[in-house]
Amino acid sequence: MLAAVSTFALEGIRSHEVTVEVDVRRGLPTFTLVGLPDRAVRESRERVRAALLNSELGFPQQRITVNLAPAHVRKAGPSFDLAIAVALLVATERVPAEALAGCALAGELSLSGEIRPIRGALAAALGARAAGYARLLVPAPNAPEAALVDGVAVSGVPSLARLADLLHGRWEPEPVEPALPAPVRDENVVDLADVRGQADAKRALEIAAAGGHNLLMVGPPGAGKTMLARRLPGILPPPTFEEALEITQLHSVAGIGSGRLASERPFRAPHHTISPQGLVGGGARPMPGEITLAHRGVLFLDELPEFSRMAVDALRQPLEEGRVEVMRGQRTLEFPANAIVVAACNRCPCARPADRCDCDPGQLSRYRRRLSGPLVDRIDLVCQVERVPAVELVGAARENPVSSAEVLARVVAARERQRERLRGTYALCNGDMDGRLTRRQVPLDGELAARLLAVRSRIDLSGRGHDRVLRVARTIADLDRRDSVAVRDLDEALAYRVDSWEALAA
Amino acid sequence: MIDVCDPCLRRSFLIAHLAPRIAGLLTRRRGRRVAGLLALPEDELLAAAAGRRIGEALAFLDSFDADSERERLDTSDAVVVCSHASLYPAPLRELDDPPAVLFGAGRVEALDLLGEEPAVAVVGTRRASPYGAEVAYSLGRGLGASGVPVVSGLALGIDATAHRGCLDGRGVPLAVLACGPDVAYPRRHRSLHERVRAAGIVLSELPPGTAPFLWAFPARNRIMAGLARMTVVVEAAQPSGSLITSDFARDLGRSVAAVPGRVTSRYAHGTNALLRDGAVPITGTEDVLDELFGVDLRRPPDEALRGPLPEDPVLREVLDAAEQSDSIDGIAERTGRGAGEIRAALGRLEVDGHLVRRALGGWERRA
Repeated sequence: MLAAVSTFALEGIRSHEVTVEVDVRRGLPTFTLVGLPDRAVRESRERVRAALLNSELGFPQQRITVNLAPAHVRKAGPSFDLAIAVALLVATERVPAEALAGCALAGELSLSGEIRPIRGALAAALGARAAGYARLLVPAPNAPEAALVDGVAVSGVPSLARLADLLHGRWEPEPVEPALPAPVRDENVVDLADVRGQADAKRALEIAAAGGHNLLMVGPPGAGKTMLARRLPGILPPPTFEEALEITQLHSVAGIGSGRLASERPFRAPHHTISPQGLVGGGARPMPGEITLAHRGVLFLDELPEFSRMAVDALRQPLEEGRVEVMRGQRTLEFPANAIVVAACNRCPCARPADRCDCDPGQLSRYRRRLSGPLVDRIDLVCQVERVPAVELVGAARENPVSSAEVLARVVAARERQRERLRGTYALCNGDMDGRLTRRQVPLDGELAARLLAVRSRIDLSGRGHDRVLRVARTIADLDRRDSVAVRDLDEALAYRVDSWEALAA
Repeated sequence: MIDVCDPCLRRSFLIAHLAPRIAGLLTRRRGRRVAGLLALPEDELLAAAAGRRIGEALAFLDSFDADSERERLDTSDAVVVCSHASLYPAPLRELDDPPAVLFGAGRVEALDLLGEEPAVAVVGTRRASPYGAEVAYSLGRGLGASGVPVVSGLALGIDATAHRGCLDGRGVPLAVLACGPDVAYPRRHRSLHERVRAAGIVLSELPPGTAPFLWAFPARNRIMAGLARMTVVVEAAQPSGSLITSDFARDLGRSVAAVPGRVTSRYAHGTNALLRDGAVPITGTEDVLDELFGVDLRRPPDEALRGPLPEDPVLREVLDAAEQSDSIDGIAERTGRGAGEIRAALGRLEVDGHLVRRALGGWERRA
């Protein structure tokens, strides 16, 4: 007898459909698995045999051939177990074939017949919806995550025996609640109001959030750069449902998801020893890198000069295009990678204030040369983070600290203005604009043009530097709810400018 | 402007011809011994330096044609004066071994000025700290604006920074090189070399086209010390080339001054040792002018030290605060203004030329 069952397997971050075909006929009892299976897939023969027997569903003493189609795509991982077992049951007429019409399934089996959770259940559900399946059967623990996808009826199944009951119409699984975000607990929330002082960094963070600009924080170790960067996701507009689904899918693929819909934008802070592959993704089984895990959120690179040159240079493509291409054999996989990059470094190797700095020019230029050129050229703002005097830390807060909620309101308003203005272009926020769009969006009227001319005569600005200053000025005007960019905005943007890498390393 | 007698010209070209031999001779001996060597009469110089190549050197002297060399030297901004010429700087004659000929590139008026105004040499380490660079710049600028010619070596670090200051103060820079005056060494200072030629003069005892030799640096230092009425050392390790210059100055009976540095910094050991030995402590342009002309007889024009203050009271307030604090938060505390407003003011002050921004943030008052 012949049977076919559909399942979904991960490739990169997306799932693609795999048809499991089983042929059972008389002959010497063998169990052959073809269709480019990797080791984990080939081992599924043992799991399937034991699971079927332990579930008292029987295992045919016949010649069994399993084919995973399309046969030219490499198959990896244990998520084919369930489909193979069910296809065998259909082929031996232990369950009715009609019960599987319009239904796809995915899951890993234990020897006892229990169904174990898999990675990327959300991606599988999205794939099933795209392929037009009405129903998806997944391991019970993955069901709430998969149920986030509308248009596919998702059921969670605990074991192979239960699954057989279900297909016979003897058991109905409980309806699944989609895994909407857990209510946020107050003590877990990081708020800008927790940070004393650091007025400059807070202002720069607000501009970065409002315009989607990459930011470089300069300051000594222990001054609070990480603490500040961690608060950036909280002042970004909360993700839309589609964005949240995207974030959840990526995290589920990487196996770091909570199993629930992401309610916050991700914050990723890889250590500086990370490899280029770890940062942008890749590997024999391509996995998303940190920049992809930070998609729609924030990627924080502390101690930027300590990162390997290759790793940071690999960020060039994602920073320019918002996506990563990973080559794997003849195939190219694409990962989304649209994150705000916040980098941090010291002013100089000795990290003392300028008036007490001991570094000689050679040391200084060596240190700054380690800031990667491609990255520095894509950073729009630089701000200071200073050690806050101990007196200020223990003393009562003098100022009334601004909370993340207040900043968020301004950021949301500024983003709204940008969306209106940029309608019909490829850009969503000012940080996305290239040089041409920037010049179109920031018309240089009399006063502004005159000031820019004065700037160029005094300050050595590259063409790229010029565009970056205008982009930031545009965001500052948006934050201030003004339609046109004023000279004052230009002045402020100028004070945040990042020198070209060549100037820094000179 | 060419005013040079045959024997002097011949001697200079002989030294240039022997330069590689002298380099070999002095590899293991440092510092001032070269001065004695350059003072020798022609025959003794040949005996000391030519060695086995004496034949070659004699052949060079035989074929030397002063007139054709003079013709070759005569380019648009070339200045060649020998010790017998009236334009030859008088203070240089006090040296034990004054250079026979000064080759120059630039404005001949700069040599005239030496007769009227005392010059000051500002020298120091190549590896200047931000502090040293700031002081060198402001001294160069203040002296330049006060009409005092600034002598330096165009080396990396303090030397070049002093000359930049002098140029920004619209003063007259005098650079003394250890290679031909037309050779921009170090190469990184090609544009500075150009600017010095346009505003002042680049001098050397070696003819145009001569490459730099190690021995020529201490030799050049004696010329700097000889030209200047006063030598100011801004930052120097111990030992260092700058201390060679100040030794020459002391031997000539000229005044030696030093800028105090942090006792923990390597590059303050030399200057602090000078101060301990009685050098004049320098805390600003005023101290140099007091020492040169007598207390309070000459003041640097205010404009030179400070650009005109901004009109806008907010800008003025932020400028003042920026001088006392390096951080935006510090300025915010002093002025009670928001970070964005302060950044805007700082950007404006930079465009208007009141401040310069350091790489990666932090501002400095344009001295």
